[in-house]
Amino acid sequence: MTIAETQATASETGSGPIYDADEERFARAQRIEAIAKWVVPIVVLSFAIWWWDRIVVWNEIPHYILPGPGLVVQTLFEDRVTLFQSLLVTLQITLLALTVAILGGVGLAVLFTQSRFAEMSFSPFAVILQVTPIVSIAPLIFIYIESRMVGLLLCAWIVAFFPILANTTLGLKSADHNLRDLMSIYKASRWQRLRYLQLPSALPYFLGGLRIAGGLALIGAVVAEYVAGTGGIGTGLAYRILEAGYRLNIPRMFAALLLIALTGVVIFSITSLISHLALRKWHESALKRE
Amino acid sequence: MTAHDRIIAPMGSRPAVLQMQSVDKTFNGGVVALRKMSLNVNEGDFISLLGPSGCGKSTALRLIAGLMRPSLGRINWEGGQGKDDLGVVFQEPTLMPWTTVARNVWLPFRLRGQSYNSVKDRIHEVLALVGLEKFADSYPRELSGGMKMRVSIARALVTNPRLILMDEPFAALDEITRQKLNDDLLSLKAKTGATVIFVTHSVFESVFLSDRIMVMAARPGRIIKEIKIDAPYPRGIDWRTSPEYAAVARETSDTLMSTLAPGEVH
Repeated sequence: MTIAETQATASETGSGPIYDADEERFARAQRIEAIAKWVVPIVVLSFAIWWWDRIVVWNEIPHYILPGPGLVVQTLFEDRVTLFQSLLVTLQITLLALTVAILGGVGLAVLFTQSRFAEMSFSPFAVILQVTPIVSIAPLIFIYIESRMVGLLLCAWIVAFFPILANTTLGLKSADHNLRDLMSIYKASRWQRLRYLQLPSALPYFLGGLRIAGGLALIGAVVAEYVAGTGGIGTGLAYRILEAGYRLNIPRMFAALLLIALTGVVIFSITSLISHLALRKWHESALKRE
Repeated sequence: MTAHDRIIAPMGSRPAVLQMQSVDKTFNGGVVALRKMSLNVNEGDFISLLGPSGCGKSTALRLIAGLMRPSLGRINWEGGQGKDDLGVVFQEPTLMPWTTVARNVWLPFRLRGQSYNSVKDRIHEVLALVGLEKFADSYPRELSGGMKMRVSIARALVTNPRLILMDEPFAALDEITRQKLNDDLLSLKAKTGATVIFVTHSVFESVFLSDRIMVMAARPGRIIKEIKIDAPYPRGIDWRTSPEYAAVARETSDTLMSTLAPGEVH
């Protein structure tokens, strides 16, 4: 049967093909792309790890210079007790710092939008804290603050709170002008305006800040620990890396590094997921379009 | 006229709602947006402010809404302005994207501290009035432009305000939707007896809708003529195609044209 005949029968029976050849090809291309989205990164990453392994083996690089991926995983398993204890410490500092950054960042942002004087008075401090590299402030912090834990927390907080503050402030100020007029017309109080208009408007901005701050809190926690150096009990991953470096235990350095990287990825995924769940019903960034 | 319609007193015997007494508005830098504007708004009026851009029609609306203060003159509400005396529809639907249609309509009540459940019936009643009862739980992004505008109108109506201000509400809609909404607006007005001030730059829209047209001119913004239209409501396709409609539209158009200085390019 030729194509013309097929179409003729189709139109006669009223149940013709829904796709033509072009559409079929397009649909296939889309299916392939949907699969490739997952497969390509995995394949490339696997290839990179394999290549790393080959370089080590082919060049006979000693493990105290560059360990192969197999050895790193093996070390991760053998040293799991020490490493995971350290991971818990780092995680604890990161999450606490992030929590305080959220409270402080959002709180300050609300204060800034409610009072011009508060903004004029305090925003220079926020900017100075942000632009000064944490590694240069950290030694001072550890001189003045006795508790190592509090010092680490403060360092991580300084790094993490600014994106939340900056983004939330921008969001609070970005509420739709007509909706603001509507609030005035209905004589909404300051609190109502904040609660019903400004905070929901700021939510997407805040969540964008949160994604940045999550990664920064981890960086802050790690960097601060490098500066703080040895500290008896309750040492985090950064200290494990330093320690392993002194002992030329390179595989353990890599294992600790791997844990830090994985932690960062997990934090980013969780904050992205939160953002998606909060915005999927209404915000442009989370909507799927046909 | 259906049994539900409110009886609106004929022009001349309507109680006053609001008076603008020779109101001037000058912006920083000395731009005169409005000069000596006087307007008596009476219960049941459908007033159009019609004019070219820059004639101060939106400024007049913002003054009445209390979003700006007059530089000179005063605006008096008969018996003082209460909290629910005003409903406003902007050119954009101005809905909160993060919440549902019903909760958007709830806003005026919410700001008075009334819980959703206590006013749920009223919200659904108004949504039914604008034909959106099935979309109460939809999000604004799921609606078409015309439907969003209906939600906006429902929100303005929900508190039964004494005065509804509409600032070119249908200007961004297509012609077909616009006509439909014009028809619906008139039937809503008949049902609720609302008093409306409607800003537009469309001669045909203003003649179709209003019983009083204030023709305005620019530089400085001012009212140059009031055109009264006695054609009875309800108005529909018969009015839109009648010779009287054409005659009033002609008169209004001529008045509008006369405000433009000869040779002026717009």
